[in-house]
Amino acid sequence: MALLHHLAKACTVLRVDATSLTQHSAFSVSAVSAAIQKMTRVRVVDNSSLGNTPHHRAPRVIHVYTKNGVGKVGDKVLLAIKGQKKKALIVGHKMPGERMTPRFDSNNVVLIEDNGNPTGTRIRVPVPTHLRKMEGDYSKLLAIASRFV
Amino acid sequence: MAACIKRLDRAMFSIRLLRNVQLHNERSLSTSLHRLALDSEPPSKFTPPVKPVIIDKTQSVASLRKFLSPEFVPPRQRTKPVKFTIERKDMIRRRKVLNIPEFYVGSVLAVTMTDPHATGKNNRFVGICIQRGGRGLGATFVLRNIIDNQGVEICYEMYSPRIQQIEVLKLEKRLDDNLMYLRDALPEYCTVDTDMKPHPFSTTGEVPVNKTKVRMLPKPWSKRWERPKFNVKGIRFDLCLSPEQMEHAQKWAQPWVEYDMLKEYDTSKLEEDIYAEIQQEAAAK
Repeated sequence: MALLHHLAKACTVLRVDATSLTQHSAFSVSAVSAAIQKMTRVRVVDNSSLGNTPHHRAPRVIHVYTKNGVGKVGDKVLLAIKGQKKKALIVGHKMPGERMTPRFDSNNVVLIEDNGNPTGTRIRVPVPTHLRKMEGDYSKLLAIASRFV
Repeated sequence: MAACIKRLDRAMFSIRLLRNVQLHNERSLSTSLHRLALDSEPPSKFTPPVKPVIIDKTQSVASLRKFLSPEFVPPRQRTKPVKFTIERKDMIRRRKVLNIPEFYVGSVLAVTMTDPHATGKNNRFVGICIQRGGRGLGATFVLRNIIDNQGVEICYEMYSPRIQQIEVLKLEKRLDDNLMYLRDALPEYCTVDTDMKPHPFSTTGEVPVNKTKVRMLPKPWSKRWERPKFNVKGIRFDLCLSPEQMEHAQKWAQPWVEYDMLKEYDTSKLEEDIYAEIQQEAAAK
């Protein structure tokens, strides 16, 4: 029994090591071919406590508010995060978009309230500039962005 | 005698300067006065202004190597290459306005493009070139960098009118012609300082080859880079794969392909012709 316990502990240590190694591109096997769709695991890139406290289940997209069900930069999604529903805005994805626009190594979202205000107070990664097209609706979210590419 | 000529030159120069000043004054006069003057004397005949010659002075050292950008070489497709000829003409015209320097996969570039949404309407991105693609006017290159621990890639269209400037900050080659595997490598290999100063490089001789071999992240990679199809030389496979795994990857080798005569495409003659054509067009102005 004690041996089993030790083994389990070793396993968790190993897993922590792996995550620390891959922290910039959190291990993800979500399909790149379809940008962001239902059941896509995403990375929350603001400093809200809801998005940053570790949980045994990664945040998942459970609905995309577009007509074709595929979310691109600037689309609103519904997340299942820590057992609750929360709206979020896509601020970058793995799938290459148009030429001359950035492509990111992870699927990034920022948590927002129902009225469009951001939940956090800072966005930790660069944000594509063409998100500024939505200046009117998400000006508060764009104001907390640290850098644009 | 020489001193006399020099003095004369200086005098001419000062006169020219004076004239310039006068011109400036005329231009800054108020319009009402100008109109009065116009009434008194008949308007002189309109002479169109001289077409400005745009010279890019930022890249003072142009390469003296005989280098043909790979997008000039047409793919093996058509029996009548009219499309490629016309595109080449347009490319040369674009190159007269924008200086597209010589660069390779593995060089560090800085690209300035217009962006209606960016602050100051300009967007500058610095990164390592990991891929060159496309032929003709649709040629592209991909720059990659890691900003705030987030990998960012931008695919630029080389002949897009939105591009304002392409600078080479570090001219070098790598062991491979495609560095897409940097996506799965440790982040230190594609991190480039945004405020990097351009490294001086020699304009003649061979381009330096950077022989670094990269260490990879743990295994689920975007592609199986050990497969012979990719023929990657710049990865330390000994650190991440066992000899058995490397042996297993050879199962997908196609050693007969290099002897396939139908796939042969010798472009050396074509390249010579195109290079001569470009030189001629550039000289013709």
